[in-house]
Amino acid sequence: MFDHDCREGICGMCSLYINGTPHGKTERGATTCQLYMRKFNEGDVITIEPWRSAGFPVIKDCMVDRSAFDKIIQAGGYTTVRTGAPQDANAILIPKEDADEAMDCASCIGCGACVAACKNGSAMLFVSSKVSQLALLPQGRVEAARRAKAMVAKMDELGFGNCTNTRACEAVCPKCETIANIARLNREFIKAKLAD
Amino acid sequence: MAINIDSKIPEGPVAEKWSNYKAHQRLVNPKNKLKLDVIVVGTGLAGASAAASLGEMGFNVLNFCIQDSPRRAHSIAAQGGINAAKNYQNDGDSVYRLFYDTVKGGDYRAREANVYRLAEVSNSIIDQCVAQGVPFAREYGGTLANRSFGGAQVSRTFYAKGQTGQQLLLGAYSALSAQVNAGKVKLYTRYEMLDVVIIDGKARGIIAKNLVTGKLERFSANAVVIATGGYGNTYFLSTNAMGCNCTAAMSCYRKGAYFANPCYVQIHPTCIPVHGDKQSKLTLMSESLRNDGRIWVPKKLEDAKALQAGTKEGWEIPEEDRDYYLERRYPAFGNLVPRDVASRAAKERCDKGFGVNNTGLAVFLDFSESIQRLGIDVIRQRYGNLFDMYEEITDVNPGEKRTSKNGMDYYNPMMIFPAIHYTMGGIWVDYELQTSIPGLFAIGECNFSDHGANRLGASALMQGLADGYFVLPYTIQNYLADQSIWPRISTDAPEFAEVEKATEERIQKLMNIKGKRSVDSIHKELGHICWEYIGMGRTKEGLEKGIKLIDELRKEFDTNLFIPGSREGLNVELDKAIHLDDFITMGKLIAYDALSREESCGGHFREEHQTEEGEAKRELLLCGLLEVSGQRCYRTRAHQGASRIRSNQSTNP
Ligand SMILES: Cc1cc2nc3c(=O)[nH]c(=O)nc-3n(C[C@H](O)[C@H](O)[C@H](O)COP(=O)(O)OP(=O)(O)OC[C@H]3O[C@@H](n4cnc5c(N)ncnc54)[C@H](O)[C@@H]3O)c2cc1C
Ligand code: SF4
Ligand code: FES
Repeated sequence: MFDHDCREGICGMCSLYINGTPHGKTERGATTCQLYMRKFNEGDVITIEPWRSAGFPVIKDCMVDRSAFDKIIQAGGYTTVRTGAPQDANAILIPKEDADEAMDCASCIGCGACVAACKNGSAMLFVSSKVSQLALLPQGRVEAARRAKAMVAKMDELGFGNCTNTRACEAVCPKCETIANIARLNREFIKAKLAD
Repeated sequence: MAINIDSKIPEGPVAEKWSNYKAHQRLVNPKNKLKLDVIVVGTGLAGASAAASLGEMGFNVLNFCIQDSPRRAHSIAAQGGINAAKNYQNDGDSVYRLFYDTVKGGDYRAREANVYRLAEVSNSIIDQCVAQGVPFAREYGGTLANRSFGGAQVSRTFYAKGQTGQQLLLGAYSALSAQVNAGKVKLYTRYEMLDVVIIDGKARGIIAKNLVTGKLERFSANAVVIATGGYGNTYFLSTNAMGCNCTAAMSCYRKGAYFANPCYVQIHPTCIPVHGDKQSKLTLMSESLRNDGRIWVPKKLEDAKALQAGTKEGWEIPEEDRDYYLERRYPAFGNLVPRDVASRAAKERCDKGFGVNNTGLAVFLDFSESIQRLGIDVIRQRYGNLFDMYEEITDVNPGEKRTSKNGMDYYNPMMIFPAIHYTMGGIWVDYELQTSIPGLFAIGECNFSDHGANRLGASALMQGLADGYFVLPYTIQNYLADQSIWPRISTDAPEFAEVEKATEERIQKLMNIKGKRSVDSIHKELGHICWEYIGMGRTKEGLEKGIKLIDELRKEFDTNLFIPGSREGLNVELDKAIHLDDFITMGKLIAYDALSREESCGGHFREEHQTEEGEAKRELLLCGLLEVSGQRCYRTRAHQGASRIRSNQSTNP
């Protein structure tokens, strides 16, 4: 048994460790569901395992529990804004470059491959992608430091390891998130600590 | 026989109805909100935005989804964009125009008061999403960018790369997460609602299956909101995610909630075709490809046979042997004929044996001519990402030149085929989005309210978020206002025990069939019947045959289904079997509706009702119609003794 749903590389549900790497890593970032059998040769033995990490306990067979990711987002992965009538969407201009960069950071599908690939079981690539997206936009900028601190604290509490810059996460991310995000997270985190 | 249905459309001109409603509806005071519980089933755009907004208002929300995280609801897969009447492009857009286009696009079968409200709140959706940090595409000047979509005359579609659904859902998910953190929403992931509990005529809770332990659990509340998406997977192959199902909606239907317009399903002409028997889902590709691609099949049957056998490839067939059938049949529109016409024409060619892949269910979409005319760079600029996506899935690069003959370059053609994409029909709701069962509400794709007989591109995302952020959180209060005087209902109430018992018996019955056929094999057969007889071209004979075949399949399901594994614990096959049980009922419902609807309109095409050009011929259905509260309703006696209604108001504002 394994998780899957959209079969288009967008829902983040599929999560197999194939031949020793999360999502069976291809040249271009792709999820398990986007890895086609034609990439293998006739007679190849394919090894399939679940994500292995302290943060993701196995439920059954190849299904793991990734609810820790939801808990990290709940700790601060949002802007504090009520449903209602915020100001007009064009009231704050945002440079195209910033919006595009925020979009790239926001592409993360929450699959957890980064954690599964990391020898420390760190969730830094996932956390930093959300922190970066929101820090790059004026709407999220306001709470950036506080958010970084809250999310990192939650990550530590849930048993994810520390980042030691092995870059294993970046190599397997199906959405090509980069460790530049982690650097940005660290900056926000330090700012928050200094403010304490 | 006609029944009395009250759509509760407020008084006044269409443009003032929503303001009037809000000014006079009942509100729940803050202290009482704390005493009221609301169940929201579903965490897609509709469910997540509703749960977040209700939690923020002070209600206690219980929010359910079948995936492991709310962020994985099917809304995540929407690509194109979301409409709003901002008129940022100064191209003459307005609330009225968006309203008008939506009603017209829906072939005048949508409830106009609802659609006007939808157009009215559309602008707030964009404001809300931007405030949440949704990274919409922007111009160099820093303002939001728009594109035009689905043949609209104005540019009113907002987008975030090709991942608009993902970004909007992550926005709603983040708002939801904030409320979980605040303790106002409790999440139940990997839970599936199997039935609704009705006490004294009001929805007071649900029975849900914990998908990990397999146990049934009871949940009580003062109101239940269904936001469980569409029923497109009835057809087995569709662009919907694997887990999309209509089980929650069907459970409401079985309890007496009316279902409206089930026969209105939308078929998308440009999907990547099935390449074998094992495939279980289809991938959507943007329709924009038809702007520069030419659609064709071979003229000669022997060429088609060779293509099907794999002894020939598309580029080997010379220009003179190609049948550009859309250009031939519809010279005025050519390859840009409306979605439904393009889909039917493709099926017609394939039915005649001209299909171009191993399943015989595909046609070519060719860029050779436009590449030669405009150059590969221009074409790649326009469609590069789509070409890449196509290559990734099929291993064929449509930008690769294969040969030149008589001054003409031949490139690899793409293959496309139509597929089920969206369902306009759904649970009947009134203006307040309340179903015909008091206290039971339906929002998002699972209700029928806003798209009439056909949905415009980029309008489903708009409707989901409109319902969830801006409509339901108000209208539900009109119902909840006098509910706080009732004590919380205990899940020990006999009604809960009864429904739980019935649900367990239903599951046991499925487990005990112990036949030979897998869920997928029966589902595939259902899909085939529905596609053949209840699909894009419908006839009286075909529909009657379809109904007969579904009845036979129902018997097969009841006697020959095989579910591996046990009742306890996690059993994906069992969950799929429950879904299939409901898809079979749904298939029949679609067929009955299509059979009794003696006209063609929107997503419903009856071959007996077409113009000489093969266009839909609309009729004013008079039989059994009744004018109720400003809307015409129609009811036939459907199978299983339950009732079914259609509501098709088409009066002008
Ligand atoms: C490939 C694709 C592309 C699309 N592109 C666009 C586009 O560009 N623009 C546009 O406007 N629309 C688009 N649409 C349509 C649009 O995405 C959907 O109509 C919309 O997202 C539906 O949202 P929803 O909230 O109603 O339901 P969904 O997002 O389907 O959510 C359903 C929720 O209900 C839960 N659920 C279901 N059953 C149960 C149960 N029994 N118990 C508990 N929980 C349950 C699921 O877990 C999920 O959380 C597209 C659709 C597809 C398939
Ligand atoms: S950062 Fe990449 S690997 Fe990690 S969860 Fe997001 S998409 Fe998956
Ligand atoms: S199944 Fe959705 S990303 Fe693979």
